[in-house]
Amino acid sequence: MPITTTIPDAVPVDTAQKRPPGPGPAIKVSGLVKTYGDVRAVDGVDFEVTAGTVLGLLGPNGAGKTTVVRVLTTLLKADAGEVVVDGIDAIGDPTRLREHIGLAGQYASVDESLTGLENLVMVGRLYGMKRKRAKERGKELLADFDLSDASDRMVKKYSGGMRRRLDLAAALVAKPPVLFLDEPTTGLDPRSRLDLWAMIEQLVADGTTVLLTTQYLDEADRLADDIAVIDHGKVIAQGTPAELKNQVGGERLEVTLDDPAQAPQAIEALRALCAEDPVAEGTTVTLAVTQRKGTIVQAVTRLNDAGVGVSDIGVRTPTMDDVFLSLTGRAVETEEPVEQEEAA
Amino acid sequence: MRRLVTDTLITAERNLIRLPRQPDLLSAFTIQPIMFVLLFVYVFGGAIATPGFDGSYTDFLIPGIIVQNIAFGGFVTAIGLVEDLNKGLIDRFRSLPMARAALLAGRTFADVFTNLVSMTILVITGLIIGFSFDAGPGDILIGVLLLLLFGYAFSWVFAFLGMLVSTPESANALGFMVVFPLTFISSAFVQPESMPDGLQWFAEVNPFTVIVDEMRELWLGVPGGSLWQSVVWALVITAVFAPLAVWRYRQSAERA
Repeated sequence: MPITTTIPDAVPVDTAQKRPPGPGPAIKVSGLVKTYGDVRAVDGVDFEVTAGTVLGLLGPNGAGKTTVVRVLTTLLKADAGEVVVDGIDAIGDPTRLREHIGLAGQYASVDESLTGLENLVMVGRLYGMKRKRAKERGKELLADFDLSDASDRMVKKYSGGMRRRLDLAAALVAKPPVLFLDEPTTGLDPRSRLDLWAMIEQLVADGTTVLLTTQYLDEADRLADDIAVIDHGKVIAQGTPAELKNQVGGERLEVTLDDPAQAPQAIEALRALCAEDPVAEGTTVTLAVTQRKGTIVQAVTRLNDAGVGVSDIGVRTPTMDDVFLSLTGRAVETEEPVEQEEAA
Repeated sequence: MRRLVTDTLITAERNLIRLPRQPDLLSAFTIQPIMFVLLFVYVFGGAIATPGFDGSYTDFLIPGIIVQNIAFGGFVTAIGLVEDLNKGLIDRFRSLPMARAALLAGRTFADVFTNLVSMTILVITGLIIGFSFDAGPGDILIGVLLLLLFGYAFSWVFAFLGMLVSTPESANALGFMVVFPLTFISSAFVQPESMPDGLQWFAEVNPFTVIVDEMRELWLGVPGGSLWQSVVWALVITAVFAPLAVWRYRQSAERA
């Protein structure tokens, strides 16, 4: 079993060691419903997360992702359905479940007027640790998250990236076997995102099961073993990132023209290379490729013979953006990462 | 139950650590009250008649203004709770295996300490400008305890108010709108006999008047107070507002 450490002086925290052994679903959700008045925010959601893997919950704003996480972390009561996390009935026994999970939220939920260490000590003590043990654990985590130098500084003075790391550290104080990350990198600069991703990957390598919600498709692509796409409170697709991409379609050839006026000639020249007609949009002509080998050479030759000027050409595999667009009929709404810091 | 006590103490400790680091909040219950005492004594004092107090408005005022300050001590709770809600800290606490009531109980418990601090500051200010006790140490101590009990009751009022609103600013505005008139239409600053009929009636049944009159009896030996009525008021306010606050706290979890 990956997580073997226990919290020595915790009040009956029967965390890691009492888990049923062997890989099984660490999270099992079936028929989950949560309504707000007439709105069915979550409308019959089912999914499982295998122990030691990452499930990415993907969906546009308001799709119900956060509501699912809030129900699974006992912050909200479900109206119907079953939720079992780490072998515990989340709806029937929320108090016990709280000893087995960690939550890092969309908003860095740490106390700004406390120092990094004070925050972790407080959380540790609220998990039932003695002050001394909580302090040791806090220092350990600060070191792990590269925050030792800032341990006695007020969180107010932390950068966005440092706050998120502290938030994640706070979720890990009791070494929970199951971790919930609700949009962990929203609003972070690229460098901090990469750092945080590496830290999450390390946790998973050590055996933690993670449920992650995100609006960033590249984040889901990189971290998630499985992805569940949620829209209008329902899971509309589920699978590995590769499976979902295949579902959308194969590779495409993308040609960027020098002059958009030449699009008709380009379409004419490329028609023989594919079953469906190429599509032109602005300076870009796209066609579904049946066979990758030699396609680019043939395309360039044909375009050259037809006298079409090309500024760029390449074979493109579908991205999670394509998956998302084809499943939900709209692009994922993301703001650009803010808080740009030196990405040296 | 042991968990509730431990977690309440942990939360209270958190709030007390935070306090000195928030200068604006700190000044609200240290410098501001001193300012009010000086303004009342030196600006209005000469114009307000207080028969039965040897012509000393300072003696009349100090118990009243301390009661007013203690009532406002719960502000720290209201503002803190709104901030915690807005910043997602409440979600963190709720996801922890801690006693649910501890978050509120810890807040209000921390107020007892801040109230003790602001009470001390006011008494010292009063002594400097001429206030003097006319009571034995026993009665003075009972007065302190009564003040703390009353302050604790109002912390629950503010805990409830804090969870009715969505920003610290509106918590401030609402608190002032509700509590300020209550404290002024009482015997805290002037004698109710000087007010018009309607106000006078209100001032006489106002719990603030009951507490202030009892404080004057305990600290100055001026008859007219009732200890048991004061205690009952404090208990009734707590019994009404603590469950309301807990109810709002539960409800606020059901936000999307």
